[in-house]
Amino acid sequence: MTATATRPAPPRRPHARPRRVSRQTREMWLLMLPALVPVLLFSVGPLLYGIALAFTDARNTRNHETSFVGLENLTELLTAEDFWSSFRIGAIWAVSVTALQFLAALGLALLLNENLRFRGVARVLAVVPWAMPPVVIGLMWKLVYHPDAGILNALLGTDVNWLADFSLALPAIIVVGVWTGMPQTTVVLLAGLQGIPRELYEAGEVDGASRWRRFWNITLPQLRPVIVAITSLDFVWNINQFGLVYVLTQGGPGGQTRLPMLFAYEEAFRYRFAGYASMLGLAMAIVVLAVLGLYLWRELRETR
Amino acid sequence: MRRLPQYAALAAYVVFLAFPLLWLLSTALKTPQEMALADPTWIPREPTLANFTDAFGEQDLVGAAARSLGVALASSVVTVVISLPAAYAMARYRGLVNKIAIGWVLVSQVFPFILIIIPLFMILRDLELVNTLPGLVVVHVTFTLPFALWMLQGYVRAVPPELEEAAAVDGATRLRSIVSVVAPLLAPGVVATLLFAFISSWNEFMFALVILQNPDVMTLPLTLVRFTGPEGVARLGPLAAASLMATIPSLIFFAIIQRRLKSGLMAGAVKG
Repeated sequence: MTATATRPAPPRRPHARPRRVSRQTREMWLLMLPALVPVLLFSVGPLLYGIALAFTDARNTRNHETSFVGLENLTELLTAEDFWSSFRIGAIWAVSVTALQFLAALGLALLLNENLRFRGVARVLAVVPWAMPPVVIGLMWKLVYHPDAGILNALLGTDVNWLADFSLALPAIIVVGVWTGMPQTTVVLLAGLQGIPRELYEAGEVDGASRWRRFWNITLPQLRPVIVAITSLDFVWNINQFGLVYVLTQGGPGGQTRLPMLFAYEEAFRYRFAGYASMLGLAMAIVVLAVLGLYLWRELRETR
Repeated sequence: MRRLPQYAALAAYVVFLAFPLLWLLSTALKTPQEMALADPTWIPREPTLANFTDAFGEQDLVGAAARSLGVALASSVVTVVISLPAAYAMARYRGLVNKIAIGWVLVSQVFPFILIIIPLFMILRDLELVNTLPGLVVVHVTFTLPFALWMLQGYVRAVPPELEEAAAVDGATRLRSIVSVVAPLLAPGVVATLLFAFISSWNEFMFALVILQNPDVMTLPLTLVRFTGPEGVARLGPLAAASLMATIPSLIFFAIIQRRLKSGLMAGAVKG
């Protein structure tokens, strides 16, 4: 510091250090501004507004006097049978779709990582569901499940109305959920697999570890960060799923596939109970954050 | 022979992935008479393209596609234009704002859309933007923005800061160095982000369902659902044909971007 102070070297930048920092901050804000304004107006603002709405009796109609009702929406929610059935369906849906997606994708990723023939075809095909509009996926599976013109009944020799059957509708949409999300999970896991150093496997082979042991002791631990990331994301996406199930069943039959987001949508836009629906959204957010937080915390602890 | 179980598993996956697609294609090519057969056939006996032309007659597919195209183009361009400078700031500066920005990107993925969509609907209604395409553009920009920011800041980080420092030494202003040094290197990333935002908007259903209730302004996904009719009774042939046609832009997108997918687009959800 003293050495540079004695030399009157011409500074490369016109400003002295302390002022440069403030200029940088100003520059940063200026660059952020075009994105910041819409984000605050149409995303952060509505989010806070939505959280506030949860504590009011707001109705989704014009000229409705809104008043603060505290936790009334929550108590109403917790005593509503509809909420608990939707909550249960949402939990079954999100957990089973996420788990099945993961298992199927892991299997597929391991296969695609091997030197098999035709894996190119399988790789291309694996990306197709990802490339399709969710509405089209829903309509396509409606054709597969169609009681008369559907292929599933023809293949199985059955005569079932899959999406209208009380006990089959939920499993039927779970299959569609797995079909839809599996490719993305596969691509991510495949990328993770390819990032594992080959030397680890070579060392394992020298030590005489079996295939299974190599998978258990090398592949899984190495893949762990990727697994944690993709299963958390899948879980969040699945619990927030709306379009696919709206197209397939609209929540029917008799509410057997009414996921929480469909329930909230109906409350807000059919019955127009905006406050009540917002409380439902808030409750779901808290549950999701709690589940996810617990999962991530456990995972973090185990890796240490 | 040792690989037999592996090939069997691969075959099972291929069948699971392909059979709904093949059925969609088969249904799209069938005549109404063949559709009514008690025993559905995999391969249409008299393949016809009539369903494709019928689809245009049953719903305003051309108009819907044009509206989807307009909304998707506007949303993707606006998204990239406003997120590019912010992504640059996120990648190049450190500080509280930066941490908040990254935190928000993550939070925005977790919160249920319903918490945003109700107030947003009320705001748009007060602005007289419900049932308008600009209203939907606003919503689509808002919901693609977090991920676009995330993608773009990744691409900016991949450009070595030394290049900019070198330009600064040569006397270039910051703006000058961004335009002539960083921008060309960012071009592929910008294209990928544009495509991502375009497809997200093209496929998006839930916000469109809430914002656009008038059939005259509906986008393609909403129009497709109208094929199922009020009681779920549908003319299946035109429905399948229209569904296939709606998928084409996404397929083109994935054909272009396929190579990038594995590395970059980990969280690239094209959500429903």
